[in-house]
Amino acid sequence: MHTIKYSAASFFKYLTLVFGALAALIPIIVVFFASLKTNTEYANTGPLTLPENWLNFSNYTKAFVDGNMLLGFMNTIIIVLISIAGATLTGSMMAYILARFKFKGSKLLMSAFLLATLIPGVTTQVATFQIINSLDLFNTRWAPILMYLGTDIIAVYIFMQFLDSISESLDESAMLDGASYWTIYWRIILPLLSPAIVTVIIVKGVNIYNDFYTPFLYMPKSSLQVVSTALFKFKGPYGSQWEVICAAIMIAIIPTLIAFIALQKYIYNGFAQGSVK
Amino acid sequence: MERVSNLSYKNQRILIILLFSLVPVVLLLTFSYLPVIKMFQYSFTSWDGFSKNMEYVGFDNYKTIFTRPEYFAVFKVSLYYFFATFVQMGLALYFATILSFNVRLKNWFKGILFFPTLLNGVAIGFIFLFFFKPEGTLNTLLDLAGLGAWQQKWLLNPHLINISLAFASVWRYMGMNFIIFLGAISSIGSDIYEASEIDGANRWHQFRHIILPSIKRILQLNLILAVSGAIGVFEIPYVMTGGSNGSSTFVIQTVDVAFKYSKLGLASAMAVVLLGIVIIVTILQRVLIKEEK
Repeated sequence: MHTIKYSAASFFKYLTLVFGALAALIPIIVVFFASLKTNTEYANTGPLTLPENWLNFSNYTKAFVDGNMLLGFMNTIIIVLISIAGATLTGSMMAYILARFKFKGSKLLMSAFLLATLIPGVTTQVATFQIINSLDLFNTRWAPILMYLGTDIIAVYIFMQFLDSISESLDESAMLDGASYWTIYWRIILPLLSPAIVTVIIVKGVNIYNDFYTPFLYMPKSSLQVVSTALFKFKGPYGSQWEVICAAIMIAIIPTLIAFIALQKYIYNGFAQGSVK
Repeated sequence: MERVSNLSYKNQRILIILLFSLVPVVLLLTFSYLPVIKMFQYSFTSWDGFSKNMEYVGFDNYKTIFTRPEYFAVFKVSLYYFFATFVQMGLALYFATILSFNVRLKNWFKGILFFPTLLNGVAIGFIFLFFFKPEGTLNTLLDLAGLGAWQQKWLLNPHLINISLAFASVWRYMGMNFIIFLGAISSIGSDIYEASEIDGANRWHQFRHIILPSIKRILQLNLILAVSGAIGVFEIPYVMTGGSNGSSTFVIQTVDVAFKYSKLGLASAMAVVLLGIVIIVTILQRVLIKEEK
């Protein structure tokens, strides 16, 4: 009796897992199928039908060229690189002084950053827009870069958590050798933080790559399109060519897939560290 | 940097605190606190965003929001997303629990369930446009399963549109909750499980008395995020429907009012109301958590 009950529970467990996995994958897989079909093939077959020719990449070429996706990738890469480099530096600097020095106002500083995260970004967009405008940053890459740089308590938190595990006696022995605080930060702390830096790079990188709202609002100029906004432009003019849209979707997804497979281990850590506590 | 090392450590300390916090603090003030102040200021004006002088109109914008049903109706749409969050967290908790015990192909399932969270929001919007199309994936699947009678025009039927969109939202964010719960559950020591098994606890007992209490705080944190998330829905409905057919959310409406109709004052007042709701919910949540202690 016990074994029957046990195996029924086990069966149910695997059934739900398989169902969950299918629910996660099918919407993406059908898009992949459609992206490999020719126009007539797409019109005459259902979404679940496999493509006739698995190597028909003509939709990809069309989407890549017509959607000017190369430009989108270039702009995205520029924005991601500068924002991440800046966020890593400023975040680790903030974390360094907050974790290592007890000074007047350090609590205030910490709560100022915390409170800011409680303000949902979308609510203040209208006013932020005016600020960007008055700084003459509208329709420049600096608009999103500055916004991605600002107020990142998550990065500060990840760094602070990690700094706690770096013994302060390291700092002290460096001070005995006459190292300045700057040298300690730059030569000792920053290199030791590298696992945390990888985490921050992934968390931030994913957020920036996937963000639509900010570039859509602040950089409508077509020469400044990023991957998200380039993809969004397929809406409308390609309404009847879903096989091309599907190829464009896949073009936007493939970098994520590669990064995910390559960095799986760090990604799990990063999201767990970044979101908890 | 030679000069710095000549300073005493006390002076160095002051210098480095000032230097290291300068940029983050300036950014924080410019892009977090200044917008809030400006937003309150604009909300009492009829400013269009372009003209030189702002005209103060007192509480007129707020009156408009609370008296004209078309402005307030969008909150009903948020309810769909709010309820969807419970489905999402329930699923996440279920999968996180079973995947924290021994399961075959564990890492594969983890990866597959988590992957959607990493995808581009616009791509997800398109994927679900394709999924819900009249001759799209969902209807084909229903047909295949012999449930052809259940086929629907998922995005054209005003009674179904928000449910469909909320489903896409669950698909997108479930993996995020899942991975957070998984991290929290895996931090529970295995000795506790072993001890409970000796006492004759089954999986349900373990879930109810070990897992649930130890992830309570994260569960509550996710609930707070669920509320602000439900009000702040933008990408999925904007990409998929543009807010048509009764699927407009508060943020879509705010963006339209501000940038399409150039009513910056009114849009700011809407944002103030939105911020107010989020703050009230957060405080309520805090009070409730404290009472439980």
